[in-house]
Amino acid sequence: MLQNFVVPDLYPAAPELFLALMICVILLVDLFLAQSRRWITSLMTMSTLIGCAAITYATADGQSVLTFSNMFVDDLLADFLKLMLYFSVMVVLVYSRDYLVARGLDRGEFYVLVLCATLGMMVMISAAHLLSIYIGLELLSLSLYALVAIDRDSSRATEAAMKYFVLGALASGLLLYGMSMIYGATGTLEIGGIAQSIAMGSANKTVLVFGLVFLVSGIAFKLGAVPFHMWIPDVYHGAPTAITLFIASAPKLAAFAMTLRLLVYGLFEMAHHWQVMLMIMAVLSIALGNLAAIAQTNIKRMLAYSAIAHMGFMLLALMSGVVGEDRHFMINAYSSAMYYVVAYVLMSLGSFGMILLLSRAGYEAENLEDFKGLNRRSPWFAAVMMILMFSMAGIPFFIGFFAKFSVLLAAVDAGHVAIAVFAVMFSLVGAFYYLRVVKLMYFDAPTDAAPITASLDMRIVLSANGVAVALFGMFPQAIMSLCTYALVRSM
Amino acid sequence: MEFKTFVFYLLATIMVLAALRVITARNPVHAALSLVLAFFNAAGIWLLLHAEFLAIALIMIYVGAVMVLFLFVVMMLDINIDRLRQGFWHYLPVGGLVGLLMVGEMSVVLGGNYFGLESIAPPDIPGGFSNTKMLGRLLFTDYVYPFELASIVLLVGIIAAVMLTLRSRKDTKAMHPSDQLKVQRKDRIRIVSMPVEKKEGGE
Repeated sequence: MLQNFVVPDLYPAAPELFLALMICVILLVDLFLAQSRRWITSLMTMSTLIGCAAITYATADGQSVLTFSNMFVDDLLADFLKLMLYFSVMVVLVYSRDYLVARGLDRGEFYVLVLCATLGMMVMISAAHLLSIYIGLELLSLSLYALVAIDRDSSRATEAAMKYFVLGALASGLLLYGMSMIYGATGTLEIGGIAQSIAMGSANKTVLVFGLVFLVSGIAFKLGAVPFHMWIPDVYHGAPTAITLFIASAPKLAAFAMTLRLLVYGLFEMAHHWQVMLMIMAVLSIALGNLAAIAQTNIKRMLAYSAIAHMGFMLLALMSGVVGEDRHFMINAYSSAMYYVVAYVLMSLGSFGMILLLSRAGYEAENLEDFKGLNRRSPWFAAVMMILMFSMAGIPFFIGFFAKFSVLLAAVDAGHVAIAVFAVMFSLVGAFYYLRVVKLMYFDAPTDAAPITASLDMRIVLSANGVAVALFGMFPQAIMSLCTYALVRSM
Repeated sequence: MEFKTFVFYLLATIMVLAALRVITARNPVHAALSLVLAFFNAAGIWLLLHAEFLAIALIMIYVGAVMVLFLFVVMMLDINIDRLRQGFWHYLPVGGLVGLLMVGEMSVVLGGNYFGLESIAPPDIPGGFSNTKMLGRLLFTDYVYPFELASIVLLVGIIAAVMLTLRSRKDTKAMHPSDQLKVQRKDRIRIVSMPVEKKEGGE
């Protein structure tokens, strides 16, 4: 083992190394900055993310390269997801700035923790080893627990952080137990090695299935799929809205990557087993998410339940990859799942961004009533919110429609017609609560007449976000072909 | 039964009982001490597996440092255990049933069939093999990536702990000598021009 050790090639991991270095630099520089100079930290964080994006883009050569003793993989899938990740984190930073400044939460630790979480997500996306997946996940989760509790004087945020921490620790335990069982069955922690060992038939099937159950439970926890969804509404509701925006966007990309690496890259031979588990979770998530969202009066809780339903849709695509022994639906199914996640992140960024736009110092616009009569206060942002809600509901010619459409197509191709019909029916139920927001904005009198005070950069980015949701809906092939290409080159 | 097997079962039994005691003890200090006992037995089992470095590290770090610190925290916090236990009997039937079902299902897989000594033979260890040396070498060669990442996880832990506990209080009466020295006359005295006023009832 030691004789054939090769010094790791650092080139494929250049973005991670750059980010880790910059985290330390920002942490040190921030110590010497007064509160009035906090914009320097913000600027450095932004430029770090732009630097990461530049490095990732420059080193993306479409080759699948393993390094760090087969623990780290740099392929086109990782590069694509990482670029989306930097983009969404940058948008989160732009949206949350005013909100944090108004509440005195604009501290250096916020930026450092967001970057640490980003590093964790990058590690998860590039993981080729169960250990790297687990450590990446812990890095992400620990940063998120701390971020949820960043507003120490809010008892609601502290309670949410506590719930998140306890349930997250339980989920990590389940995941780790599943991983140990899979190690016991295959004798290796490398994802490629696990796939090989199962394909050769040397692994014990019973132990593998046993480990798989725990693994899928852990994944479901992190995705927030029913029956492991309990933390989502409370955490989304309790956390400061800027942190909710972060939790609801970028980590979904990482959770998707983790699911893909574990189930598709590692345990593909076990697809018949995990597809059934995903099917149950998908059906329950779509039903419960859409039904429970109707009863909500708080828009953050409503979007939390809608997130559960959206993750159900994503699982619907993931369970449609293999039919019997036939595998040629695989690329189609997994790329539509990826497209769904990317579309969801875009819509989620916009919707939580709108809540942040309407909030101001000492006022949280988190109830549905706060959206009443938005059209009279700002016709343009009412239109942006309308686009986002239409897209979430899956109304044609917005990005959400094509995401749902491609997922349903993949499910029907795999022969799950009944489940596809079921999913469509519950999307119709879901359309009710999305359209209720539109109704409140256009047909009700405003209860809150304060002018919208947001910085220019936030207005521009939020507008661009809304336009992108509409535009990519008209040209869905732009992202879809990228997803398919990245997957084909990385399989 | 071989002597080693006997020692294993002895240590394992005490460990499981101690772990049970951790979650059932009424007094949190007793729970923490039971955890120390569980750690000791785990270290003993590792010693049986020739993992002497891990065994010593477990005792030094967990028993010696972490648990002692934890005991101090438990003693200082004065946790009201009765409030934490509210609803225990209420939830016990459902929780106990689910727990028993899971234990039953898990024991079917985890029994001797798949994890017994016959199916997983212990590896042959050559004489003079140093577990510690091997661990050190692996940690800095093949496992350097997770090892370094773990350091960043610890960094996050430090940042989060400082962020959540360090409060710069606004109501403290701290003195700032540099501000005091920089004080100018105009900061202290305000000269107001006002019309001359006559003394009441004067003349």
